[in-house]
Amino acid sequence: MGSSRKGTGASWPLLTHEPAGGTGGAMDIHEYQAKELLAGFGVTVPPGGVAYSPEQAVYVATELGGWHWAIKAQIHAGGRGKAGGVKLCRTYQEVAAAAKGMLGAALVTNQTGPGGKVVHRLYVEKAEPYVRALYLGLVLDRRIERIRVIASAEGGVEIEEIALSRPETILQEQVDPAVGLQSFQARELAFGLGLNIKQVSQAVTAIMGCYRAFRDLDATMVEVNPLVVTRDDRVLALDAKMSFDDNAMFRRPKVTEMRDSAEEDPREARAAEFGLNYVGLSGDIGCIINGAGLAMATMDMIKHAGGEPANFLDVGGGASPERVAAAFNLVLSDQSVKAILVNIFAGINRCDWVAQGVVQAAKGLRVPLVVRLAGTNVEEGKRIIRDCGLPIITADTLAEAARKVVAASRGGDVT
Amino acid sequence: MSILIDATTRVILQGFTGDKATFHAKEMIEYGTRIVGGVTPGKGGQIHLERPVFNTVKDAVKATGAEASLAFVPPAFAADALMEAADAGLRLVCIITDGIPAQDMMRVKRYLRRYPKAARTTIVGPNCAGIISAGKAMLGIMPGNIYIRGNVGVVSRSGTLGYEAGAQMKALGIGVTTSVGIGGDPINGSSFLDHLMLFEQDPETKAVIMIGEIGGPQESEAAKWVKENMTKPVVGYVAGLTAPKGRRMGHAGAIISAEGDSAAEKAEIMKSYGLLVVPSAAEIGSTVARALRTAG
Repeated sequence: MGSSRKGTGASWPLLTHEPAGGTGGAMDIHEYQAKELLAGFGVTVPPGGVAYSPEQAVYVATELGGWHWAIKAQIHAGGRGKAGGVKLCRTYQEVAAAAKGMLGAALVTNQTGPGGKVVHRLYVEKAEPYVRALYLGLVLDRRIERIRVIASAEGGVEIEEIALSRPETILQEQVDPAVGLQSFQARELAFGLGLNIKQVSQAVTAIMGCYRAFRDLDATMVEVNPLVVTRDDRVLALDAKMSFDDNAMFRRPKVTEMRDSAEEDPREARAAEFGLNYVGLSGDIGCIINGAGLAMATMDMIKHAGGEPANFLDVGGGASPERVAAAFNLVLSDQSVKAILVNIFAGINRCDWVAQGVVQAAKGLRVPLVVRLAGTNVEEGKRIIRDCGLPIITADTLAEAARKVVAASRGGDVT
Repeated sequence: MSILIDATTRVILQGFTGDKATFHAKEMIEYGTRIVGGVTPGKGGQIHLERPVFNTVKDAVKATGAEASLAFVPPAFAADALMEAADAGLRLVCIITDGIPAQDMMRVKRYLRRYPKAARTTIVGPNCAGIISAGKAMLGIMPGNIYIRGNVGVVSRSGTLGYEAGAQMKALGIGVTTSVGIGGDPINGSSFLDHLMLFEQDPETKAVIMIGEIGGPQESEAAKWVKENMTKPVVGYVAGLTAPKGRRMGHAGAIISAEGDSAAEKAEIMKSYGLLVVPSAAEIGSTVARALRTAG
């Protein structure tokens, strides 16, 4: 157990956040929140405070004291430093100016997508000069089904870059879930990073603290990049990112409270309220499907037929009329949608019940609708669709459904 | 033959007396599954669906000789139920529950290693539709009538996409030995590889289709094993060609977050290991038919 594994395998778990914005099922928090949580587990972080206005930023800086402050845009995406989202300030005027420049503006980083993310909060931190910048990351590695701790002496750049340019500097430890991360493993990492004995004990505290936070808060990712060493041998988390397992948030109220709805796609947040899974995409064919795998396969079929899906939407097992109606509303709230495909393979859902929901939701629809039903009570379901008097296009197979919806989206004849 | 379950397998339900479990227990009994009882802590001694209810899995095993269980347990209690089943010596546990914390599954998988490999419980799921050995027994929530008895093994992450495959095959007169849903979570009880190994040994299974999706290394690992060990033709399909990077597509495990996670990469890997890759989701049935012809 736990021997140090140097170098990288063929597959490298990315530690970066979603590039397209929104949470898409995992819960992210801001840097300052991650630091607050990690500090609770003994990880040393520089003193700092949150600000929502330039005045507050200056006030926080005066409270912190000192001569240098880092003003950091708080968004759920990495790559802030290079994008101008972190500014070092030497005077209160500079603090105010930096805060004014960032707040309310969209910050575009290599992880936000072209639209960027609007900055609503800043973190004002006492700037600490440091002599070394290290990398520390923890992930739940699904291949080994364990938590993996990753460290590198080359901090401050993205781990994927280090993995490409200097793979030999990457140190790794696997955690046995039965006993948890052991101090010797953290020590091996710390010595492996070339730290002196004073720094090692501080680094061990930081590594163990990150691990305990990971375990006790049901994280899926903790990243401290950089973890810095100061001239006086202190080891500090200069940046921090955490992602959490949505499935475990029922038992982590403290983390759940940190959810920032401003960072989430409003459509995805609304979908979650109805127990639907929605991911917005850039195409023009709206999709309403039961089951994640069938939804992905149907989207692939649309693409295969020459179209582009506008969204992923899984209505789930119990496709009640309310849920189907909510699904239609969501899909239609995307103005680029030119046609909708409903593909339901009913198991527990009966097709007739689903069909009733579809007919109700389809009244007064502004775009063509293609419906494909299969599975339990399919004949009755088809009859309801046929007899409803609405211009619903039906299909029996996946291929037919995809072909018809692509034609319909182009205003073509699909009969 | 079939894998994992047949008409003789003695089955209990964990969380037996709940509404969902009751509904599906009736369906399973109607399909021919030999359900011998169930477990609901605190309701031991009662009779439910004309079968005995026990307080613990151990009690149920002792009284009924149960070998397998279907667990309908809420996410917060699922890990506990799985470890209880393993400790009671059940050979197989299938868990339908969606929403189990990943670290709980991590601990369950570690817990299983307490037992020597030969005595270790096989977990199928979580977040799956279950297992069906066509015409024999069903341990899950699928509509049984989709599948006809035949000689193709099916192993799928997704429930409804597994139904789609079953229906496409049925339309061509192709039946299945067993269809297994391994579930859409990032850490699941058993993998594609585990079930491919069983299908390879099952004399009735002539060909296998594995239906994967984006996220995780399982499809690729299984494909490699197929190349090195499998004598039967294997068909592969991977859903999610249109899925963007870094977004979770419904299933907790369906996310492209590492090299080799995308559908295109997985399909390419499958191809390189000699699997027959399904060109589009509408051609699952016809590709299986082609594989069966090569199987002779």
